[in-house]
Amino acid sequence: MNWLFVVAGAAVGAPLRWYADLVAKARFGPDFPWGTLAVNVSGSLVLGLVTGLASAHAQLLLGTGLCGALTTYSTFSHETLKLYEDGAKARAVLYVLVSLAAGLGAAWLGATAA
Amino acid sequence: MPVRLAPTASPYPEAVNARGRPPVALVVSAGGAIGAAARYGAALLWPTPAGGFPWTVFLVNATGCALLGVLMVLLTETRATPHPLLRPFLGTGFCGGFTTFSTYALDTQRLLSTGHTARGLLYFGGTLVTALAAVWAGTAAARSLVRDRTEAG
Repeated sequence: MNWLFVVAGAAVGAPLRWYADLVAKARFGPDFPWGTLAVNVSGSLVLGLVTGLASAHAQLLLGTGLCGALTTYSTFSHETLKLYEDGAKARAVLYVLVSLAAGLGAAWLGATAA
Repeated sequence: MPVRLAPTASPYPEAVNARGRPPVALVVSAGGAIGAAARYGAALLWPTPAGGFPWTVFLVNATGCALLGVLMVLLTETRATPHPLLRPFLGTGFCGGFTTFSTYALDTQRLLSTGHTARGLLYFGGTLVTALAAVWAGTAAARSLVRDRTEAG
């Protein structure tokens, strides 16, 4: 039964991430991974907030499933490598620093508010 | 004027047209659900005690990064034309759903705010360095494999 909550949350979170990238690329162009940055930071904030929920099922659905699949480390790493390989080294470093600082800050904010 | 870089391979499939979107969203959803279930399974098999180093998520993220590095070369840097839904299913979906940034951020926050400062910082920086090394190693390994096969063929 617990698996169903994780699967249901992830089935929504993963396409949301894909869609966020689509919208961000259409609006801001392909030079900087705004979409992944946005989902990683907002997902970290929501996961922090979710820790305040009492229901274990809600945590599996929204935390492990939705936030887990909405956010990604693999695409984040791959985009960083690509920026670096394409010669945009400063942008690669900036992407890493902003992602880490904003992601940790967002999780902190969410967990504190929860 | 912002410098425009040539678009490069990304785990996200370039959006095609409106008609192409529903199947892509569906395979991303399916791949993401399978990836998240695998991550949840790993967390059940190897639970992390409170205050402990989150080895399971650390290894899940490292493995997912290496896998995505390999996949992206095989799917975008060969002369073969793989099925257009493979990349959204395996890359955006499975690898994206398997790895997680939010749990990484929250676990770091928990370690730092409960007095496990050194462990928290080690986890925070160690994951980054390992993930970047893994995606690079996966990419390099797959490229050498592709090159060897191209030369042999």
